[in-house]
Amino acid sequence: MGKWAIAVHGGAGIDPNLPVERQEQAKQLLTRCLNLGIAALRSNVSAIDVVELVIRELETDPLFNSGRGSALTEQGTVEMEASIMDGTKRRCGAVSGITTVKNPISLARLVMDKSPHSYLAFSGAEEFARKQGVEIVDNEYFITDDNVGMLKLAKEANSILFDYRIPLGCAGAAVTDSPLQMNGLPISIYAPETVGCVVVDREGRCAAGTSTGGLMNKMMGRIGDSPLIGAGTYASELCGVSCTGEGEAIIRSTLARDVSAVMEYKGVGLQEAVDFVIKHRLDEGFAGLIAVSNKGEVVCGFNCNGMFRGCATEDGFMEVAMWE
Amino acid sequence: MVGWAIALHGGGGDIPIDLPDELRIPRETALRHCLDLGVSALKSGKHPLDVTELVVRELENHPYFNAGKGSVLTAQGTVEMEASIMDGKTKRCGAVSGLTTVVNPVSLARLVMEKTPHIYLAFDAAEAFARAHGVETAESTYFITPENIARLKQAKEFNRVQLDYTAPTPKEPEIRGDSQIGTVGCVAVDSAGNLAAATSTGGYVNKMAGRIGDSPLIGAGTYANHLCAVSATGKGEYIIRATMAREVAALMEYKGLSLSEAAAYAVEQSGPRGTCGLVAVSANGEVAMPYNTNGMFRACATEDGFTEVAIWPKN
Repeated sequence: MGKWAIAVHGGAGIDPNLPVERQEQAKQLLTRCLNLGIAALRSNVSAIDVVELVIRELETDPLFNSGRGSALTEQGTVEMEASIMDGTKRRCGAVSGITTVKNPISLARLVMDKSPHSYLAFSGAEEFARKQGVEIVDNEYFITDDNVGMLKLAKEANSILFDYRIPLGCAGAAVTDSPLQMNGLPISIYAPETVGCVVVDREGRCAAGTSTGGLMNKMMGRIGDSPLIGAGTYASELCGVSCTGEGEAIIRSTLARDVSAVMEYKGVGLQEAVDFVIKHRLDEGFAGLIAVSNKGEVVCGFNCNGMFRGCATEDGFMEVAMWE
Repeated sequence: MVGWAIALHGGGGDIPIDLPDELRIPRETALRHCLDLGVSALKSGKHPLDVTELVVRELENHPYFNAGKGSVLTAQGTVEMEASIMDGKTKRCGAVSGLTTVVNPVSLARLVMEKTPHIYLAFDAAEAFARAHGVETAESTYFITPENIARLKQAKEFNRVQLDYTAPTPKEPEIRGDSQIGTVGCVAVDSAGNLAAATSTGGYVNKMAGRIGDSPLIGAGTYANHLCAVSATGKGEYIIRATMAREVAALMEYKGLSLSEAAAYAVEQSGPRGTCGLVAVSANGEVAMPYNTNGMFRACATEDGFTEVAIWPKN
């Protein structure tokens, strides 16, 4: 029997001047989610079930950009997407354009388990949700005051907000007063924090999942990397991977898939595979990922300014971190 | 400096060897016509992105293939089209899903790639984007063909998802299984080694509204990098989880396989018999068109004069 391992993330690319309270809240949430996963793993819950239950918790909490607390579209609405993959048989499920389903990750799971398809979107996905009897809420449920404020600022700046568009030289520099501040977060570096979870259980089964509201002020109908199998999420017999960061870079580099491909075809271990893809696959893009292997290892990697993450192994290792 | 090469497909699947002439000949003619178009374009120095787009547009315009006009119908009797395109050198890409009125989905995918900071737009928003850019649209009657209305009826009678090329005999038992095929695609490389891939489809018969297949998914149905360009066809669910198009390139990169080895291996590993196929070209001007289905509508040509238009394996 192998050893379990788990990692969670709340997005890659963090404002170096992120207020301390927010940093604390993030760490607490990651810790709580990690502990939830650990408790489940200790009771021999399977990897795929652990991934789902942890991401549900992240979606339900309004802090990060998934489920409640999702970033807003240009219309001020929420449009969520998610994907989940079970490494054992490489089964997968994904959804996009979700507006009333309380937990998109669970809908993605249902697509995987209860439909003959891999990916459902927009009204077709919502209809499937109703037929499956999942919990439905109004779109307003997902919208938080924080994000309403951020959207307003984003529109004023008329730009999509990435939070790793920080010139690297700024790290550690003194905060300069910006006229555009909201809840202490400078507008140009507000973080749309996708969430994800990867797990390997005692049977050596790997699973991965990713969930997001997407980019602040995004065009309606814009699909990012999070629901795309091979880009934001991938799991095989060897590993489980969830990515976050610049969607375009993650899609073009099929980042999640490449971690597994490098392990499969070059025969290297998890750490080497993650280092390789982060270093060589991203070109000028910024992204991060969490990954577990069927050997009970857990690795995080990112090439941008920080990534909200937590990881734990059955050996007793546990860490919640944000920066390098 | 190597030669140019081009390959295109009109879908792989359980194409019966006794396909009647009236179904076979128009498709073969269309494949040859599209190949000629692509070859002329390459000879006149057009970039593979332009070549693959124009060939796929032509395939979309033909009513005999499951893309654009002639797309198979959803359970609601509507069309829902999707497409993607990728440039090997820059790895820029564009994709669209859930289109109902756009005459050439592959061109809209290209617009998404070139005119937005995004990669993938879908459904109502993609349609709105099309209108905002003055892209050609048409009423549903343009896309819907009598053959596809009949196919949908047949599929509903069988109450299952059906493959595209089943001969229309309602009494036929379900030996053919559930393979979903019917997609069009094109890959091309020029003599400078620039590569591009494009794929377009209506999905499969009687699909749930909102179902997205492999064709618009970068890495699954379409992929291109500095080594090769790939367009896949077959049962979407297998192609997605195997990231089949990316697989060809990954095998070349990480295992040092040749194009033909990588392409054959990718098809073999992605799904059981009867589920998938692909066309691929390499930076060296090679072509591969493996499939594990009974047949695949395909055509290819290389600068040294080799050309092929075929449906079944050559024996």
